Amino acid sequence: MTTRLLTVRGVKTFYGRVMALKGVDLEVNEGEIVTLIGANGAGKSTLMMTVCGNPRAREGTIEFAGHDITRLPTHEIARLKLAQAPEGRRIFSRMTVLENLQMGSITAEPSEFARDLDRVLALFPRLSQRIGQRGGTLSGGEQQMLAIARALMAQPRLLLLDEPSLGLAPLVVRQIFDAIKTLNAESGLTVFLVEQNAYHALKLAHRGYVMVNGRITLSGTGRELLEHSEIKSAYLEGGRH
Amino acid sequence: MEVFLQQLINGITLGSIYGLIAIGYTMVFGIIGMVNFAHGDVFMVSAFIALVAFLLLTSFLGISSIALALFLVLIVAMLFTSLVNWTIERLAYRPLRGSFRLAPLISAIGMSIFLSNFVQVTQGPRNKSIPPMVQGEFVLFTKNDYPVTLSFKQLIIWFVTAVLLACFWYLVSKTRLGRAQRACEQDQKMAALVGVDVDRTISMTFVIAAALAAVAGTMYLMYYGVVSFADGFVPGVKAFTAAVLGGIGSLPGAVVGGILIGLIETMWSAYFSIDYKDVAAFSVLAITLIFLPQGLFGRPDVEKV
Repeated sequence: MTTRLLTVRGVKTFYGRVMALKGVDLEVNEGEIVTLIGANGAGKSTLMMTVCGNPRAREGTIEFAGHDITRLPTHEIARLKLAQAPEGRRIFSRMTVLENLQMGSITAEPSEFARDLDRVLALFPRLSQRIGQRGGTLSGGEQQMLAIARALMAQPRLLLLDEPSLGLAPLVVRQIFDAIKTLNAESGLTVFLVEQNAYHALKLAHRGYVMVNGRITLSGTGRELLEHSEIKSAYLEGGRH
Repeated sequence: MEVFLQQLINGITLGSIYGLIAIGYTMVFGIIGMVNFAHGDVFMVSAFIALVAFLLLTSFLGISSIALALFLVLIVAMLFTSLVNWTIERLAYRPLRGSFRLAPLISAIGMSIFLSNFVQVTQGPRNKSIPPMVQGEFVLFTKNDYPVTLSFKQLIIWFVTAVLLACFWYLVSKTRLGRAQRACEQDQKMAALVGVDVDRTISMTFVIAAALAAVAGTMYLMYYGVVSFADGFVPGVKAFTAAVLGGIGSLPGAVVGGILIGLIETMWSAYFSIDYKDVAAFSVLAITLIFLPQGLFGRPDVEKV
Protein backbone atom coordinates (compact mmCIF):
# COMPACT_ATOMS: atom_id res chain seq x y z
CA MET A 1 0.00 0.00 0.00
CA THR A 2 1.59 3.24 -1.08
CA THR A 3 0.80 6.56 0.50
CA ARG A 4 0.66 9.70 -1.54
CA LEU A 5 3.01 12.31 -0.11
CA LEU A 6 3.02 15.05 -2.72
CA THR A 7 0.29 15.69 -5.25
CA VAL A 8 0.56 18.41 -7.86
CA ARG A 9 -2.58 19.04 -9.92
CA GLY A 10 -2.91 21.40 -12.85
CA VAL A 11 -0.34 23.84 -11.52
CA LYS A 12 0.30 26.98 -13.53
CA THR A 13 3.00 29.44 -12.48
CA PHE A 14 3.71 32.81 -14.01
CA TYR A 15 6.68 35.14 -14.02
CA GLY A 16 4.95 38.39 -14.72
CA ARG A 17 2.97 37.57 -17.85
CA VAL A 18 5.09 34.64 -18.91
CA MET A 19 3.59 31.27 -18.08
CA ALA A 20 6.46 29.08 -16.88
CA LEU A 21 4.39 26.07 -15.79
CA LYS A 22 1.44 25.31 -18.05
CA GLY A 23 -0.58 22.88 -15.99
CA VAL A 24 1.65 20.33 -14.30
CA ASP A 25 0.39 17.08 -12.76
CA LEU A 26 2.58 14.71 -10.84
CA GLU A 27 2.78 12.81 -7.61
CA VAL A 28 5.38 11.44 -5.26
CA ASN A 29 4.64 8.47 -3.01
CA GLU A 30 6.15 7.81 0.37
CA GLY A 31 9.50 6.02 0.16
CA GLU A 32 10.09 6.73 -3.51
CA ILE A 33 12.84 8.44 -5.41
CA VAL A 34 11.13 10.35 -8.19
CA THR A 35 13.06 12.31 -10.75
CA LEU A 36 12.08 15.12 -13.04
CA ILE A 37 14.27 15.54 -16.09
CA GLY A 38 14.21 18.08 -18.84
CA ALA A 39 16.26 20.63 -20.71
CA ASN A 40 17.45 23.98 -19.43
CA GLY A 41 14.55 26.37 -19.02
CA ALA A 42 11.87 23.65 -19.13
CA GLY A 43 10.52 24.82 -15.77
CA LYS A 44 11.96 22.17 -13.47
CA SER A 45 13.32 24.56 -10.87
CA THR A 46 10.19 26.68 -11.13
CA LEU A 47 8.17 23.63 -10.17
CA MET A 48 10.44 22.95 -7.19
CA MET A 49 10.08 26.49 -5.97
CA THR A 50 6.34 26.55 -6.65
CA VAL A 51 5.95 23.49 -4.43
CA CYS A 52 7.65 25.58 -1.72
CA GLY A 53 5.36 28.54 -2.32
CA ASN A 54 7.77 31.00 -3.95
CA PRO A 55 6.59 31.87 -6.60
CA ARG A 56 3.07 30.81 -5.79
CA ALA A 57 0.98 28.75 -8.19
CA ARG A 58 -1.64 30.90 -9.90
CA GLU A 59 -3.82 27.92 -10.72
CA GLY A 60 -4.04 24.32 -9.59
CA THR A 61 -3.45 22.71 -6.23
CA ILE A 62 -0.49 21.27 -4.37
CA GLU A 63 -1.07 18.84 -1.54
CA PHE A 64 1.58 17.62 0.83
CA ALA A 65 1.00 14.94 3.48
CA GLY A 66 -2.71 15.64 3.53
CA HIS A 67 -2.36 19.44 3.75
CA ASP A 68 -3.30 21.82 0.96
CA ILE A 69 -0.13 23.88 0.74
CA THR A 70 -0.98 25.84 -2.41
CA ARG A 71 -1.52 29.10 -0.52
CA LEU A 72 0.74 28.56 2.50
CA PRO A 73 3.73 30.87 3.01
CA THR A 74 7.11 29.30 2.33
CA HIS A 75 8.24 29.04 5.94
CA GLU A 76 5.05 27.25 6.96
CA ILE A 77 5.50 24.74 4.16
CA ALA A 78 9.01 24.10 5.51
CA ARG A 79 7.52 23.43 8.93
CA LEU A 80 5.49 20.57 7.48
CA LYS A 81 8.88 18.87 6.95
CA LEU A 82 9.33 19.55 3.30
CA ALA A 83 12.97 20.48 2.77
CA GLN A 84 14.73 21.66 -0.34
CA ALA A 85 18.34 21.81 -1.48
CA PRO A 86 17.65 24.44 -4.13
CA GLU A 87 19.15 25.33 -7.46
CA GLY A 88 22.52 27.01 -7.06
CA ARG A 89 22.92 25.50 -3.57
CA ARG A 90 22.27 28.82 -1.79
CA ILE A 91 24.30 28.02 1.27
CA PHE A 92 24.70 30.87 3.75
CA SER A 93 28.20 31.78 2.67
CA ARG A 94 29.06 34.09 5.57
CA MET A 95 27.99 31.53 8.16
CA THR A 96 30.02 28.54 9.26
CA VAL A 97 29.23 25.00 8.17
CA LEU A 98 27.86 24.31 11.65
CA GLU A 99 25.67 27.43 11.55
CA ASN A 100 24.35 26.40 8.15
CA LEU A 101 23.38 23.04 9.62
CA GLN A 102 21.78 24.79 12.60
CA MET A 103 19.75 26.87 10.15
CA GLY A 104 18.64 23.65 8.51
CA SER A 105 17.44 22.27 11.82
CA ILE A 106 15.15 25.11 12.86
CA THR A 107 12.03 23.14 11.99
CA ALA A 108 13.36 19.98 13.67
CA GLU A 109 13.10 18.83 17.25
CA PRO A 110 15.89 20.73 19.13
CA SER A 111 16.65 17.79 21.42
CA GLU A 112 17.53 15.67 18.39
CA PHE A 113 20.04 18.12 16.97
CA ALA A 114 23.15 16.25 18.14
CA ARG A 115 21.93 12.97 16.73
CA ASP A 116 20.98 14.49 13.38
CA LEU A 117 24.31 16.28 13.20
CA ASP A 118 26.21 13.04 13.74
CA ARG A 119 24.13 11.40 11.05
CA VAL A 120 24.72 13.97 8.34
CA LEU A 121 28.41 14.21 9.19
CA ALA A 122 28.69 10.45 8.89
CA LEU A 123 27.05 10.71 5.48
CA PHE A 124 29.37 13.54 4.37
CA PRO A 125 32.60 13.14 6.38
CA ARG A 126 34.18 16.01 4.43
CA LEU A 127 31.88 18.42 6.19
CA SER A 128 33.11 17.46 9.64
CA GLN A 129 36.61 18.58 8.66
CA ARG A 130 35.15 21.92 7.60
CA ILE A 131 32.71 22.38 10.45
CA GLY A 132 34.06 25.74 11.67
CA GLN A 133 34.77 27.16 8.22
CA ARG A 134 32.59 29.73 6.52
CA GLY A 135 30.35 28.24 3.88
CA GLY A 136 31.69 30.56 1.18
CA THR A 137 35.18 29.06 1.48
CA LEU A 138 34.04 25.53 0.58
CA SER A 139 34.57 23.98 -2.83
CA GLY A 140 31.58 23.48 -5.11
CA GLY A 141 31.20 19.82 -4.20
CA GLU A 142 31.43 20.57 -0.51
CA GLN A 143 28.86 23.31 -0.87
CA GLN A 144 26.49 20.86 -2.53
CA MET A 145 27.05 18.37 0.29
CA LEU A 146 26.35 21.14 2.76
CA ALA A 147 23.16 22.12 0.94
CA ILE A 148 21.90 18.53 1.11
CA ALA A 149 23.07 18.10 4.71
CA ARG A 150 21.30 21.33 5.67
CA ALA A 151 18.06 20.04 4.14
CA LEU A 152 18.47 16.71 5.95
CA MET A 153 18.84 18.49 9.29
CA ALA A 154 15.16 19.41 9.01
CA GLN A 155 14.24 15.70 9.39
CA PRO A 156 12.30 16.00 6.14
CA ARG A 157 9.47 13.74 5.05
CA LEU A 158 10.19 14.83 1.51
CA LEU A 159 13.51 16.06 0.22
CA LEU A 160 13.54 18.20 -2.91
CA LEU A 161 16.91 18.18 -4.66
CA ASP A 162 17.44 20.62 -7.49
CA GLU A 163 20.32 19.65 -9.78
CA PRO A 164 22.71 18.36 -7.15
CA SER A 165 25.17 17.32 -9.88
CA LEU A 166 25.46 20.70 -11.57
CA GLY A 167 29.04 21.79 -12.10
CA LEU A 168 30.58 18.97 -10.10
CA ALA A 169 33.29 16.48 -11.00
CA PRO A 170 32.00 12.99 -11.91
CA LEU A 171 33.51 11.47 -8.77
CA VAL A 172 31.72 13.97 -6.53
CA VAL A 173 28.48 13.41 -8.45
CA ARG A 174 28.80 9.70 -7.73
CA GLN A 175 29.37 10.38 -4.01
CA ILE A 176 26.27 12.53 -3.87
CA PHE A 177 24.08 10.08 -5.78
CA ASP A 178 25.33 7.26 -3.56
CA ALA A 179 24.37 9.29 -0.52
CA ILE A 180 20.86 9.82 -1.89
CA LYS A 181 20.53 6.10 -2.57
CA THR A 182 21.71 5.20 0.94
CA LEU A 183 19.30 7.65 2.54
CA ASN A 184 16.40 6.24 0.59
CA ALA A 185 17.29 2.59 1.16
CA GLU A 186 18.23 2.84 4.82
CA SER A 187 15.89 5.42 6.28
CA GLY A 188 13.13 5.32 3.68
CA LEU A 189 13.58 9.01 2.83
CA THR A 190 11.35 10.19 0.00
CA VAL A 191 13.28 12.16 -2.61
CA PHE A 192 12.11 14.30 -5.49
CA LEU A 193 15.09 14.95 -7.70
CA VAL A 194 15.43 17.43 -10.52
CA GLU A 195 18.26 16.63 -12.89
CA GLN A 196 19.77 17.43 -16.25
CA ASN A 197 22.02 14.45 -15.83
CA ALA A 198 19.23 12.18 -17.07
CA TYR A 199 21.14 8.92 -17.20
CA HIS A 200 22.25 8.94 -13.58
CA ALA A 201 18.96 10.29 -12.36
CA LEU A 202 16.86 7.68 -14.15
CA LYS A 203 19.11 4.86 -12.98
CA LEU A 204 18.70 6.02 -9.40
CA ALA A 205 14.98 6.80 -9.45
CA HIS A 206 12.00 4.51 -9.06
CA ARG A 207 9.91 6.71 -11.28
CA GLY A 208 10.52 9.66 -13.51
CA TYR A 209 8.81 12.51 -15.30
CA VAL A 210 9.99 14.41 -18.35
CA MET A 211 9.24 18.12 -18.59
CA VAL A 212 9.27 20.04 -21.84
CA ASN A 213 8.44 23.71 -21.97
CA GLY A 214 6.40 23.84 -18.75
CA ARG A 215 4.48 20.60 -19.34
CA ILE A 216 4.97 16.97 -18.34
CA THR A 217 5.29 15.03 -21.58
CA LEU A 218 6.28 11.56 -20.40
CA SER A 219 6.26 9.55 -17.22
CA GLY A 220 7.10 6.02 -16.19
CA THR A 221 9.46 3.93 -14.14
CA GLY A 222 13.13 4.83 -14.27
CA ARG A 223 13.87 1.78 -16.40
CA GLU A 224 11.02 2.44 -18.85
CA LEU A 225 12.20 5.97 -19.41
CA LEU A 226 15.81 4.88 -19.87
CA GLU A 227 14.66 2.57 -22.66
CA HIS A 228 12.32 5.10 -24.24
CA SER A 229 13.47 6.09 -27.73
CA GLU A 230 12.57 9.77 -27.43
CA ILE A 231 14.47 10.11 -24.20
CA LYS A 232 17.42 8.25 -25.57
CA SER A 233 17.74 10.63 -28.45
CA ALA A 234 16.92 13.83 -26.58
CA TYR A 235 18.64 13.38 -23.25
CA LEU A 236 20.91 10.37 -23.23
CA GLU A 237 22.92 10.26 -26.43
CA GLY A 238 26.48 10.97 -25.44
CA GLY A 239 25.30 11.61 -21.94
CA ARG A 240 26.67 8.44 -20.37
CA HIS A 241 29.46 9.88 -18.33
CA MET B 1 47.96 66.28 27.34
CA GLU B 2 45.40 66.83 30.07
CA VAL B 3 42.98 68.39 27.62
CA PHE B 4 43.52 65.48 25.29
CA LEU B 5 42.75 62.95 28.04
CA GLN B 6 39.64 64.81 29.11
CA GLN B 7 38.41 64.98 25.53
CA LEU B 8 39.20 61.31 25.10
CA ILE B 9 36.89 60.52 28.01
CA ASN B 10 34.18 62.83 26.67
CA GLY B 11 34.58 61.53 23.15
CA ILE B 12 34.21 57.88 24.12
CA THR B 13 31.08 58.76 26.05
CA LEU B 14 29.51 60.59 23.15
CA GLY B 15 30.75 57.88 20.78
CA SER B 16 29.02 55.18 22.84
CA ILE B 17 25.71 56.95 22.28
CA TYR B 18 26.38 57.30 18.55
CA GLY B 19 27.45 53.66 18.38
CA LEU B 20 24.21 52.42 19.93
CA ILE B 21 22.18 54.40 17.40
CA ALA B 22 24.46 53.39 14.52
CA ILE B 23 23.79 49.70 15.18
CA GLY B 24 20.14 50.36 14.35
CA TYR B 25 21.02 51.90 10.99
CA THR B 26 23.43 49.14 10.10
CA MET B 27 21.15 46.25 11.15
CA VAL B 28 18.16 47.54 9.23
CA PHE B 29 20.31 48.26 6.21
CA GLY B 30 21.82 44.79 6.44
CA ILE B 31 18.51 42.99 6.47
CA ILE B 32 16.32 45.00 4.09
CA GLY B 33 18.84 47.23 2.32
CA MET B 34 17.12 50.40 3.42
CA VAL B 35 18.55 53.47 5.17
CA ASN B 36 16.02 54.06 7.91
CA PHE B 37 16.02 57.84 8.03
CA ALA B 38 13.47 57.83 10.84
CA HIS B 39 15.91 56.10 13.18
CA GLY B 40 17.30 59.36 14.59
CA ASP B 41 13.78 60.45 15.45
CA VAL B 42 13.05 57.10 17.04
CA PHE B 43 16.05 57.88 19.23
CA MET B 44 14.58 61.30 20.07
CA VAL B 45 11.19 59.75 20.86
CA SER B 46 12.92 57.30 23.20
CA ALA B 47 14.54 60.20 25.06
CA PHE B 48 11.07 61.70 25.55
CA ILE B 49 9.68 58.38 26.72
CA ALA B 50 12.57 58.22 29.19
CA LEU B 51 11.84 61.78 30.30
CA VAL B 52 8.18 61.09 30.94
CA ALA B 53 8.99 57.81 32.66
CA PHE B 54 11.58 59.48 34.86
CA LEU B 55 9.25 62.26 35.94
CA LEU B 56 6.41 59.81 36.61
CA LEU B 57 8.60 57.49 38.61
CA THR B 58 10.25 60.16 40.74
CA SER B 59 7.44 62.63 41.33
CA PHE B 60 4.29 60.50 41.24
CA LEU B 61 5.47 57.13 42.44
CA GLY B 62 8.07 58.69 44.70
CA ILE B 63 10.92 56.39 43.88
CA SER B 64 13.92 57.94 45.57
CA SER B 65 16.65 55.49 44.64
CA ILE B 66 18.26 56.92 41.54
CA ALA B 67 19.76 53.58 40.53
CA LEU B 68 16.36 51.90 40.63
CA ALA B 69 14.69 54.81 38.83
CA LEU B 70 17.32 54.79 36.11
CA PHE B 71 17.00 51.05 35.65
CA LEU B 72 13.20 51.25 35.39
CA VAL B 73 13.40 54.21 33.02
CA LEU B 74 15.72 52.23 30.81
CA ILE B 75 13.36 49.25 30.72
CA VAL B 76 10.28 51.39 30.05
CA ALA B 77 12.05 53.35 27.30
CA MET B 78 13.27 50.17 25.63
CA LEU B 79 9.82 48.57 25.72
CA PHE B 80 7.85 51.53 24.41
CA THR B 81 10.40 52.55 21.79
CA SER B 82 10.46 48.99 20.49
CA LEU B 83 6.70 49.10 20.21
CA VAL B 84 6.88 52.41 18.32
CA ASN B 85 9.46 51.10 15.87
CA TRP B 86 7.61 47.81 15.41
CA THR B 87 4.48 49.77 14.52
CA ILE B 88 6.38 52.03 12.12
CA GLU B 89 7.76 49.03 10.30
CA ARG B 90 4.34 47.42 10.02
CA LEU B 91 2.57 50.54 8.82
CA ALA B 92 5.15 52.44 6.81
CA TYR B 93 7.75 49.99 5.49
CA ARG B 94 6.32 46.50 5.19
CA PRO B 95 3.56 47.39 2.73
CA LEU B 96 6.24 48.90 0.49
CA ARG B 97 8.48 45.87 0.44
CA GLY B 98 8.84 44.69 -3.14
CA SER B 99 8.00 48.15 -4.39
CA PHE B 100 10.61 50.28 -6.14
CA ARG B 101 13.83 50.81 -4.21
CA LEU B 102 13.31 54.40 -3.15
CA ALA B 103 9.78 53.88 -1.81
CA PRO B 104 10.67 52.77 1.74
CA LEU B 105 13.35 55.47 1.92
CA ILE B 106 10.81 58.16 1.11
CA SER B 107 8.42 56.60 3.59
CA ALA B 108 11.17 56.73 6.23
CA ILE B 109 11.76 60.43 5.60
CA GLY B 110 8.02 60.89 6.03
CA MET B 111 8.06 59.00 9.32
CA SER B 112 10.99 61.13 10.46
CA ILE B 113 9.02 64.32 9.82
CA PHE B 114 5.93 62.82 11.41
CA LEU B 115 7.73 61.80 14.60
CA SER B 116 9.46 65.13 15.17
CA ASN B 117 6.27 67.06 14.45
CA PHE B 118 4.21 64.78 16.65
CA VAL B 119 6.58 65.36 19.56
CA GLN B 120 6.66 69.08 18.84
CA VAL B 121 2.89 69.31 18.97
CA THR B 122 2.33 67.08 21.97
CA GLN B 123 5.37 68.04 24.06
CA GLY B 124 5.91 71.61 22.94
CA PRO B 125 8.69 73.12 20.90
CA ARG B 126 10.96 74.11 23.79
CA ASN B 127 13.73 72.12 25.43
CA LYS B 128 12.42 69.79 28.10
CA SER B 129 14.68 69.33 31.06
CA ILE B 130 14.85 67.03 34.04
CA PRO B 131 16.51 67.55 37.39
CA PRO B 132 20.01 66.03 37.31
CA MET B 133 19.73 62.29 37.76
CA VAL B 134 23.30 61.54 38.69
CA GLN B 135 25.88 63.91 40.08
CA GLY B 136 29.46 63.60 41.14
CA GLU B 137 32.73 62.72 39.50
CA PHE B 138 36.16 61.25 40.03
CA VAL B 139 39.07 63.63 39.65
CA LEU B 140 41.64 61.44 37.94
CA PHE B 141 44.48 63.96 38.29
CA THR B 142 45.12 67.66 38.14
CA LYS B 143 47.79 69.29 36.08
CA ASN B 144 48.33 73.03 35.60
CA ASP B 145 45.10 73.64 37.51
CA TYR B 146 43.21 71.55 34.94
CA PRO B 147 41.43 68.64 36.58
CA VAL B 148 40.85 65.60 34.37
CA THR B 149 37.54 64.17 35.51
CA LEU B 150 35.46 61.12 34.86
CA SER B 151 31.90 61.77 35.95
CA PHE B 152 29.60 59.10 37.33
CA LYS B 153 27.29 59.78 34.41
CA GLN B 154 30.07 58.92 32.00
CA LEU B 155 30.91 55.78 33.91
CA ILE B 156 27.27 54.71 33.79
CA ILE B 157 27.17 55.30 30.03
CA TRP B 158 30.32 53.26 29.49
CA PHE B 159 29.06 50.46 31.69
CA VAL B 160 25.54 50.29 30.26
CA THR B 161 26.85 50.45 26.69
CA ALA B 162 29.37 47.69 27.34
CA VAL B 163 26.77 45.43 28.96
CA LEU B 164 24.24 46.07 26.19
CA LEU B 165 26.79 45.45 23.46
CA ALA B 166 27.79 42.17 25.10
CA CYS B 167 24.15 41.04 25.26
CA PHE B 168 23.61 42.18 21.71
CA TRP B 169 26.71 40.37 20.46
CA TYR B 170 25.51 37.21 22.18
CA LEU B 171 22.06 37.58 20.66
CA VAL B 172 23.35 38.01 17.13
CA SER B 173 26.08 35.38 17.15
CA LYS B 174 24.77 32.63 19.40
CA THR B 175 20.98 32.54 19.40
CA ARG B 176 18.41 31.22 16.97
CA LEU B 177 17.03 34.68 16.37
CA GLY B 178 20.50 36.05 15.63
CA ARG B 179 21.22 33.26 13.19
CA ALA B 180 17.87 33.80 11.52
CA GLN B 181 18.70 37.49 11.18
CA ARG B 182 22.05 36.81 9.60
CA ALA B 183 20.46 34.25 7.29
CA CYS B 184 17.83 36.78 6.16
CA GLU B 185 20.61 39.29 5.60
CA GLN B 186 22.33 36.90 3.19
CA ASP B 187 19.46 35.19 1.39
CA GLN B 188 15.84 35.77 2.38
CA LYS B 189 14.50 33.24 -0.10
CA MET B 190 16.68 30.49 1.31
CA ALA B 191 15.95 31.54 4.88
CA ALA B 192 12.25 31.05 4.17
CA LEU B 193 12.97 27.66 2.60
CA VAL B 194 14.53 26.39 5.83
CA GLY B 195 11.53 27.66 7.78
CA VAL B 196 12.47 31.17 8.93
CA ASP B 197 9.53 33.55 9.16
CA VAL B 198 11.23 36.40 7.30
CA ASP B 199 8.61 39.05 8.11
CA ARG B 200 8.82 38.27 11.80
CA THR B 201 12.61 38.34 11.72
CA ILE B 202 12.55 41.76 10.08
CA SER B 203 10.10 42.97 12.72
CA MET B 204 12.42 41.72 15.44
CA THR B 205 15.30 43.60 13.82
CA PHE B 206 13.36 46.84 14.14
CA VAL B 207 12.51 45.97 17.74
CA ILE B 208 16.16 45.37 18.63
CA ALA B 209 17.31 48.47 16.76
CA ALA B 210 14.76 50.51 18.71
CA ALA B 211 15.75 48.98 22.05
CA LEU B 212 19.37 49.98 21.48
CA ALA B 213 18.31 53.46 20.33
CA ALA B 214 16.26 53.72 23.54
CA VAL B 215 19.34 52.94 25.62
CA ALA B 216 21.12 55.70 23.72
CA GLY B 217 18.14 58.04 24.24
CA THR B 218 18.00 57.39 27.97
CA MET B 219 21.75 57.90 28.30
CA TYR B 220 21.53 61.09 26.25
CA LEU B 221 18.82 62.45 28.52
CA MET B 222 20.75 61.53 31.64
CA TYR B 223 23.97 63.05 30.25
CA TYR B 224 22.64 66.36 29.00
CA GLY B 225 19.51 66.68 31.12
CA VAL B 226 17.56 68.26 28.26
CA VAL B 227 15.93 67.06 25.09
CA SER B 228 13.90 68.75 22.37
CA PHE B 229 11.82 67.55 19.46
CA ALA B 230 14.63 68.52 17.05
CA ASP B 231 17.24 66.38 18.78
CA GLY B 232 16.66 63.40 16.54
CA PHE B 233 18.15 64.85 13.42
CA VAL B 234 21.75 65.74 14.18
CA PRO B 235 22.61 62.75 16.41
CA GLY B 236 20.76 60.58 13.91
CA VAL B 237 22.78 61.77 10.95
CA LYS B 238 25.99 61.50 12.98
CA ALA B 239 25.16 57.93 13.90
CA PHE B 240 24.43 57.27 10.24
CA THR B 241 27.87 58.72 9.46
CA ALA B 242 29.30 56.36 12.06
CA ALA B 243 27.59 53.40 10.39
CA VAL B 244 28.96 54.43 6.98
CA LEU B 245 32.44 55.00 8.40
CA GLY B 246 32.41 51.58 10.04
CA GLY B 247 31.05 49.96 6.89
CA ILE B 248 27.27 49.84 6.63
CA GLY B 249 26.02 46.35 7.39
CA SER B 250 28.88 45.65 9.80
CA LEU B 251 27.93 45.52 13.48
CA PRO B 252 31.43 45.96 14.96
CA GLY B 253 31.91 48.68 12.36
CA ALA B 254 28.94 50.60 13.76
CA VAL B 255 30.39 50.60 17.26
CA VAL B 256 33.91 51.53 16.18
CA GLY B 257 32.54 54.14 13.78
CA GLY B 258 30.40 55.61 16.57
CA ILE B 259 33.34 55.98 18.91
CA LEU B 260 35.50 57.47 16.14
CA ILE B 261 32.83 60.05 15.29
CA GLY B 262 32.47 60.89 18.98
CA LEU B 263 36.24 61.37 19.25
CA ILE B 264 36.52 63.41 16.07
CA GLU B 265 33.77 65.70 17.28
CA THR B 266 35.19 66.27 20.76
CA MET B 267 38.79 66.62 19.61
CA TRP B 268 37.77 69.09 16.94
CA SER B 269 35.83 71.08 19.54
CA ALA B 270 38.85 71.19 21.83
CA TYR B 271 41.57 72.02 19.35
CA PHE B 272 39.85 73.84 16.52
CA SER B 273 36.43 75.38 16.69
CA ILE B 274 33.43 74.15 18.64
CA ASP B 275 31.14 76.00 16.21
CA TYR B 276 32.28 73.80 13.38
CA LYS B 277 32.13 70.45 15.17
CA ASP B 278 29.19 69.24 13.08
CA VAL B 279 31.01 70.26 9.94
CA ALA B 280 33.94 68.11 11.04
CA ALA B 281 31.71 65.13 11.72
CA PHE B 282 29.87 65.41 8.42
CA SER B 283 33.07 65.95 6.46
CA VAL B 284 33.95 62.47 7.61
CA LEU B 285 30.80 61.22 5.88
CA ALA B 286 31.80 62.87 2.61
CA ILE B 287 35.42 61.76 2.85
CA THR B 288 34.45 58.18 3.67
CA LEU B 289 32.00 58.00 0.81
CA ILE B 290 34.60 59.29 -1.63
CA PHE B 291 37.71 57.41 -0.56
CA LEU B 292 36.49 54.38 1.40
CA PRO B 293 32.92 53.70 0.30
CA GLN B 294 32.87 50.22 1.83
CA GLY B 295 33.91 51.67 5.22
CA LEU B 296 36.44 50.35 7.71
CA PHE B 297 34.87 46.95 8.30
CA GLY B 298 32.71 46.66 5.22
CA ARG B 299 33.21 43.76 2.91
CA PRO B 300 33.81 44.25 -0.76
CA ASP B 301 30.92 42.91 -2.80
CA VAL B 302 32.78 39.90 -4.09
CA GLU B 303 31.77 36.43 -3.15
CA LYS B 304 32.60 32.96 -4.28
CA VAL B 305 29.67 31.37 -6.02
